Amino acid sequence: MSNAEKFDAIVVGAGPAGASAAAVMGRAGLNVVLLERGDVPGAKNVMGGVMYGRMVADVVPEFWKADPPLERVVAEERMWLATPDDVLSVGQRTTHVTHDDGCPNAFTVLRAKWDPWFAARAEDAGAFLVPSTTAVDVLWDDAGNVCGVRTGREDGDLYADAVVICDGVNSFLAKRARLEGHPPEPHHLALGVKEVIGLPAEVIESRFNLERGQGTTIEIYGSVTQGHSGYGFVYTNRDSLSLGVGVLVSHLMRTKRTPYDLLEQMKQHPMIRPLIAGGDVLEYSAHAIPEGGYDAMPRLYGGGVLIAGDAAMMVNGLHREGSNLAAAAGRMAGETVVEAHRRNDFSARSLAAYEAKLRDSFVVKDLVKYRHLPAFADRRPDLFEIYPRLMNRAVHEMLTVDGLPKRDKQRKIARDFLAARRPLQLVRDLYETWKVIR
Amino acid sequence: MSADRPADAPMRVEDKLFTLRWKHDKQSHIDITAPEVCVETCRGEWQRPCTTFCPAKVYEWQAEQEKIVIYFENCVECTTCLLGCPYRVIDWRHPRGGYGIQYKNG
Ligand SMILES: Cc1cc2nc3c(=O)[nH]c(=O)nc-3n(C[C@H](O)[C@H](O)[C@H](O)COP(=O)(O)OP(=O)(O)OC[C@H]3O[C@@H](n4cnc5c(N)ncnc54)[C@H](O)[C@@H]3O)c2cc1C
Ligand code: SF4
Ligand code: SF4
Repeated sequence: MSNAEKFDAIVVGAGPAGASAAAVMGRAGLNVVLLERGDVPGAKNVMGGVMYGRMVADVVPEFWKADPPLERVVAEERMWLATPDDVLSVGQRTTHVTHDDGCPNAFTVLRAKWDPWFAARAEDAGAFLVPSTTAVDVLWDDAGNVCGVRTGREDGDLYADAVVICDGVNSFLAKRARLEGHPPEPHHLALGVKEVIGLPAEVIESRFNLERGQGTTIEIYGSVTQGHSGYGFVYTNRDSLSLGVGVLVSHLMRTKRTPYDLLEQMKQHPMIRPLIAGGDVLEYSAHAIPEGGYDAMPRLYGGGVLIAGDAAMMVNGLHREGSNLAAAAGRMAGETVVEAHRRNDFSARSLAAYEAKLRDSFVVKDLVKYRHLPAFADRRPDLFEIYPRLMNRAVHEMLTVDGLPKRDKQRKIARDFLAARRPLQLVRDLYETWKVIR
Repeated sequence: MSADRPADAPMRVEDKLFTLRWKHDKQSHIDITAPEVCVETCRGEWQRPCTTFCPAKVYEWQAEQEKIVIYFENCVECTTCLLGCPYRVIDWRHPRGGYGIQYKNG
């Protein structure tokens, strides 16, 4: 790479955000380079992973017809409230697994397989993928606008009209581009640890009562996080399960529990153990999740620079959505640069259109809706233990037929609740929870 | 069904790391900028949390040497230590392009 090379745009990071931005700009005829530090896209990336078709289709129309490496289309979603001995389950099984146009609503992926495919669609659109290359800094022009990036390679300065930062959680480039607001705190971060457990497709289909190609997701709240705020998950892939647990780093720092120990204990849970029995642990992995929400977001643009996805804290933790916010924001960043290119104006004022688009979309609207959740989750890990326990006890009491009249059982349950929480505490817990998720 | 690493049997973190593949660099991408902080300051209130939150057991307190030893080769690049060290003395950077963890599933 020579010093003089100049592109229309440089995208840093070939995850859902970066590949989306690069695809949109490439398709519009811009000269785009997509930098990725892994030797292939996806080599560094981990997610649960449920991906959402609509935001993928907005970037790669009718992608589902192009044989993408998706694992299973989600047909059932369950939520478990767990104690060490029982789970209370709510969920939905549906036949409506696609939107009207045939686009799958939600599907599981393994990122090391999905990301290369998705990045290849950006290459189809004309973007130039450069793997094994880490961006280490941004470059500035005399007017104080970002005008390129410095890579870790020899003579590795690359210049462009616009730099789209999509380097994921704990973004180094956000700092270098002076977009970071107040520095992130440990409660803005969750750590997810995961295992991919191999099982034959037929075994998965019979254990989860699934038709071929369809999948189940289970989110597990309660005892599996052992007093940390967070949740566990089990997702079905084609011939493996993804099983993991994510908890706040601020809590891990205090409890001194190890993440792999939480994962081990979760695998021994009496309702999870049978799901994984006979399986083979194919791969362990760990990755951080930016959970700081709206109030921890950086500035979203500056002169010559935009930021999207995890790098900009775009994660809706309550709904386990991140990849879709990243893809949508990456697309909007790409569209903004295309418009700026037509105007030949990459000033901050010109790129401000990006923030307007985001604010007008589900991305920022949902982040605003749950803006108080991160601080609440940090403050109240106790709720993740108390209520799953009380609710399981209540249901268990009602379902235990032992000759006690039902009205007496209800009184017993009420006494149980009041022994754990005073009436005012109950009201406050309920009110506070409602306030942060309403 | 036969399994090399049975999913329902207990598994140590060392066994978990054994499922992984890296392209190892000779130089470390992790450094502790003020190791003296680990000796006393962090021993008290925080009890050296890096030795427990790191999912790849990269940090280990060595009592005789009175220091944290860094097994950087095990790092899975989750980035947790950037915020998890209460005194922010861990200088963690991305490994050089192409080096480090190489997930095959992710
Ligand atoms: C355990 C876990 C479970 C999750 N489950 C879900 C889920 O079920 N559904 C969902 O929607 N989301 C989920 N998420 C969140 C989701 O993974 C992220 O929100 C999403 O990956 C963000 O996409 P991104 O493109 O912004 O960042 P990333 O996917 O992290 O991509 C960033 C890319 O940039 C590269 N990179 C980083 N720095 C540099 C650099 N300096 N130079 C060059 N390249 C660089 C990285 O290698 C990477 O490829 C989960 C996350 C975790 C950790
Ligand atoms: S957490 Fe930070 S200060 Fe404490 S022992 Fe580890 S590196 Fe040292
Ligand atoms: S990045 Fe993650 S795996 Fe690597 S040393 Fe830090 S905490 Fe451990």
